[in-house]
Amino acid sequence: MASELRLTAKLALQREASEPSFSLDVSLDFGPGLSVLFGPSGSGKTTILSALAGLLRPDSGHVALGGQMLFDGAAGVDLPPNERRIALVFQSLALFPHLDALGNVAYGAPRELSKVERALRAASWLSRMRVEHLARRYPNSFSGGEAQRVALARALASEPRALLLDEPFSSLDQSLARELSAEIAEYVSTLSLPVVLVTHDRAVARELECGLTLLRGGRVENVS
Amino acid sequence: MIDLEPLFLSFEVATLATCLATALGVAIAGALAEGRVWGRELIDASITAPMVLPPTVLGYYLLVLLGRESVIGHGFEALFGAPIVFSRGGAVLAATLGALPLITKAARAALEAVDMRLVGAARTLGASRLRAFFSVSLPLARRGISAGIMLGFARALGDFGVTLMVAGNIPGQTRTASLAIFDAVLSGRDADATRLSLIMTALAMTVLIGASYLTRQRRDGF
Repeated sequence: MASELRLTAKLALQREASEPSFSLDVSLDFGPGLSVLFGPSGSGKTTILSALAGLLRPDSGHVALGGQMLFDGAAGVDLPPNERRIALVFQSLALFPHLDALGNVAYGAPRELSKVERALRAASWLSRMRVEHLARRYPNSFSGGEAQRVALARALASEPRALLLDEPFSSLDQSLARELSAEIAEYVSTLSLPVVLVTHDRAVARELECGLTLLRGGRVENVS
Repeated sequence: MIDLEPLFLSFEVATLATCLATALGVAIAGALAEGRVWGRELIDASITAPMVLPPTVLGYYLLVLLGRESVIGHGFEALFGAPIVFSRGGAVLAATLGALPLITKAARAALEAVDMRLVGAARTLGASRLRAFFSVSLPLARRGISAGIMLGFARALGDFGVTLMVAGNIPGQTRTASLAIFDAVLSGRDADATRLSLIMTALAMTVLIGASYLTRQRRDGF
């Protein structure tokens, strides 16, 4: 694609039934490379990621990636998550407990590849994330950092056109979080796709030198 | 020597019925757990109803639905040259009706207990709804579903009332163990009744213990 891969969205959502009631109304524009979405808990960060990935349907607005409309409330366009090619690394990581690391990473590898090719692809992602020794082990035996790396490998192996990371370091101790965040920032800078990292941690947000969108109470407060 | 034919017949009927009820029950449970089905509680209630309705009522419904004068019964007879009712097929359907609620309920509970984030993760990794169901939801719910299948099998093995109404009491065709016990008691063959009853009880106990073992197992054993 000639045009650069941008992820843009306008999302509006009302949840009056929830207590306290919550409303979201944001315009977002993420270019290739790392962007940080920063805000206190309850500001709507996870809701935004879910809407971008297609797991949650906003009341109105649109989501577009590289010129392709993924969601358009007015036009009735709503691509299912499996057709959006937006990988989401959940805060809980959501590794499949019944698959080993290799199986987890191979799960999202392109279906047109043969089973062997998918496994090879998965193995190479595991080694790129420096966790190849986990290939035949199951998620319940991973440390926090290992699980994080496997989850990242799984997301990237699906060859996404955008990558969303929900609080990727929240379960790690500080030194490990710093090490991994530096590594991810460096790695992501080599990718030509939008990577949106969500955090409520001011230190993480400050450390990553990149565009920062500040979110508060479901509204964008500041973009820098 | 005790006549083992009714026992073997019971096994055959219950096995077929359990297969049918599993395919149907898991599919229905999957749709119900998905949560976007219209009238899901009505569907759930009508599948549970066989657990509380008198067997005569269920048997009567099945007779009306599948009898030789009904559309289904007529079509079946035209196709296969024999009626469903008062045949082994009728006995299988009667047992299926008993097993279905147990399997559906267990499968729904097990599927609803699967972490939705795992299903969401599968979807964002490119899995269709169906692939996510078969590759994530189903394997993670397999213990609960297996327990339901075992209970369903035990229930199918012991069906009496509906089988008698729909399939009759034909030796070698529909006279399952529970019907044979009924026969034995009526004709004063107490020793036969006792033996068959003890065997049925042992079978049921074995299945129940197996099922509770499955449900009590910790889920981190993957």
